[in-house]
Amino acid sequence: MESALAAHRERPTKEKIGVFVCHCGRNIATTVDTKRVVEEILKHPAVVHAEDYDYVCSSPGQELIEKAVKEKRLTGVIVAACSPSLHETTFREVAERTGLNPYKCEIANIREQDSWVHEDKEKATEKAIKLTKSAVEKVIRNEELEPIKVGLYRKALVIGGGIAGIRAALDIADAGFPVVLVEKGPTIGGHMAKLAETFPTLDCASCILTPLMSGVAHHPNITLLTLSEIMDVEGYLGNFHVRIKKNPRYVDPEKCNLCNDCVDICPVTVSSEFDEGLSLRKAIYIPFPQAVPSSYLIDLDACLGMNPITCGKCAEPDICGPEAVNFDDQAEIIEEDVGVIVVATGYELYNPANIGEYGADKYPDVITSLQFERLLSPSGPALGIPKRPSDEKIPKRIAFIHCVGSRDERHQPYCSHICCTYSAKHALLFKELVPDADIYSFYIDIRAVGKNYEDFIRRVQEEAGVHYIRGKVSRIYEQDGKVKIFGVDTLLNKRIEIEVDMAVLALSMVPAHDIEDLASKMRIQIDGSGFLQELHPKLHPVESATSGIFLAGAAQSPKDIQDTVAQASAAASKALGVLTQEKISHIPTVATVDTDLCSGCRLCISVCPYGAIKLVDEKAEVKEILCEGCGACVSTCPSDAISLRNHTDEQVSSMLKALVGEI
Amino acid sequence: MHIGFEPRIIGFLCQWCGYQGADMAGTSRLKYPPSIVSIRVPCGGRIETKQVLEALSKSDGVLIAGCHTPNDCHYVSGNFKCLKRVTLLKEFLRHMGINPARVRLEWISATEGRKFARVVREFTDEIKELGPFGFNGKSSQEIETKQDSKLSLKEMGGRENE
Repeated sequence: MESALAAHRERPTKEKIGVFVCHCGRNIATTVDTKRVVEEILKHPAVVHAEDYDYVCSSPGQELIEKAVKEKRLTGVIVAACSPSLHETTFREVAERTGLNPYKCEIANIREQDSWVHEDKEKATEKAIKLTKSAVEKVIRNEELEPIKVGLYRKALVIGGGIAGIRAALDIADAGFPVVLVEKGPTIGGHMAKLAETFPTLDCASCILTPLMSGVAHHPNITLLTLSEIMDVEGYLGNFHVRIKKNPRYVDPEKCNLCNDCVDICPVTVSSEFDEGLSLRKAIYIPFPQAVPSSYLIDLDACLGMNPITCGKCAEPDICGPEAVNFDDQAEIIEEDVGVIVVATGYELYNPANIGEYGADKYPDVITSLQFERLLSPSGPALGIPKRPSDEKIPKRIAFIHCVGSRDERHQPYCSHICCTYSAKHALLFKELVPDADIYSFYIDIRAVGKNYEDFIRRVQEEAGVHYIRGKVSRIYEQDGKVKIFGVDTLLNKRIEIEVDMAVLALSMVPAHDIEDLASKMRIQIDGSGFLQELHPKLHPVESATSGIFLAGAAQSPKDIQDTVAQASAAASKALGVLTQEKISHIPTVATVDTDLCSGCRLCISVCPYGAIKLVDEKAEVKEILCEGCGACVSTCPSDAISLRNHTDEQVSSMLKALVGEI
Repeated sequence: MHIGFEPRIIGFLCQWCGYQGADMAGTSRLKYPPSIVSIRVPCGGRIETKQVLEALSKSDGVLIAGCHTPNDCHYVSGNFKCLKRVTLLKEFLRHMGINPARVRLEWISATEGRKFARVVREFTDEIKELGPFGFNGKSSQEIETKQDSKLSLKEMGGRENE
């Protein structure tokens, strides 16, 4: 009791705090007795005003705060409501409108960490009182802080040159800001460049995409770096420093005139990545005729050797007239300072070899959906007439297998979102080419959840006469030139055994294999399925946890082209929101040194991950603009000379007291 | 099991991972005992030994939740700083005769709401098993262990051998 009294005496008395307890409709009020919280919190000596209200975040709710601050001349505000991740900014802006310093507003999280997770009303109410008191204890000790203003680089980095990266780069560049677009592969275009037609309108993919690719190539504001990867990312919002490794192309895109003579002379053939292994290419090649940059390149792993003894034929002057082939090309490290980053690294298809029972790695006529897409493409290996890879005959009976690796606890538990609709598209396009075809589609559920997709599915069912069979395929194997499929029809409740000429597996979308590495370089998080994690699904759907880094496309979750493009434009507009600012606000909750106590031991310097501390006159000095406010130096300082603004030892100590009911 | 004993747990949750994970548990409406009350801290690397001890002196257990090692820390290496400090602290607690299980360190990401709820449930049950904790006269099993360890240290001339 004595210690509690002492604590009361120590506390600043000039503070006048107002507490606003939110019901959040029934979300909080069902489990927390808000009236009792108000009653109890009024007993706190610093609290001069407390009330509860349905939705404090609404306009009338915000007006209650404004009114109370003015009438009772409050010095600080506590909102006991949802998580600070949701509305801390909202309420700090309200505080600012009333003339309070935004840092004199704190949130007590009585929803996510109280009412939503507990059932016992009595105990949840007790907890809400403690959490609110602890917030009061913190706010009365908060310093009034102003954001630190810093300049920014008005330039964007976009990682990934698929449709998402292309859209984001063009949007930012069109608004007048320079963009560096980094692509790992030799060309931009991504998966979309491989597609024949796109659902549900059946536009030709190339007709939509190639003008955009060309737009990137010729845009004065876009610097395109292909064959390039991110080495590291340092810095913070507005001031990122990025190192990019640009791998050698061995052909100068400026000089290459696309004559194809080098390809004719090259003696090495390997399978083509662009055609998903269904055709061959040379060691010197162009991924596809509309590739951007419009230039050939040498695949060093396949090339026999770049000197006249081993080969070097493509570099001979009578072959490459413009002398574009350059064997001495070297990797270079490019350093860029940018203000914002858009991550659009896309997806990969799940490896079919992981699903042994379907035999995609064993049987030539069991192919992936992307391979089928190449077969349908007029520019593909079969010139648009799908033929069986085994004997080049046009298949008459064909089966599409949905959810291969998706919605399957053994592989990916999530739905890949696009397979139902593209399998329907495949069936329709195939039926147009082979009118007497028999088409089977094995599905779990039809999930066609986009604008006009349901109509599209219906059209396919009616026009293409596809036999939709609801059930999972258990096994596929090839025998006597036929593909045998075993499964079950769960609607008729009987076993199915059919023979087809070709089977197409709708493989699940998985994140790019190196996404984890890239995410950790940028300190952004990945979710349980391996996709990039957005900050909040509804409030911040294109932002990552690191401010200034935005997400677009299938890197964030499986999605179709429409959603990808929409998200890319959203990410670009968020990026422009930063780039158009005069100055960037840097958090003022940084470390500060009491030079009287500092012994100059340098321990803080050794733990600071940002190099923000320097020794000046044998005393530590924090360069505030570099400090991110992590507090590593604070907990390391043996002299207690460093403290973190608004997270001082005294604050933590008093919050602890409040949390256990000592205050 | 101590009948009628309701543990008091103090959580130090890093604002990027542990705290967000706790929020995710809420958003997913996962239930766990109201034993835990938490403080949002900027980073696991900010948590000081003295703060954990102060929290422990007022409660029956302390949960620290930060970002997964090696690379999830928002501040590069705060999780490792936290890990080192907590490891040392647990060793220190053991020397003091306090069961180190009263301090629990977990890596919980922003998406791991389920893990947060599970950890709080598990930890609450563990603390229930251990019984109430207190330095001042509140006798508990650990205080006895503490005296034992003092004795053994004396017998061995200050050298420890466990």
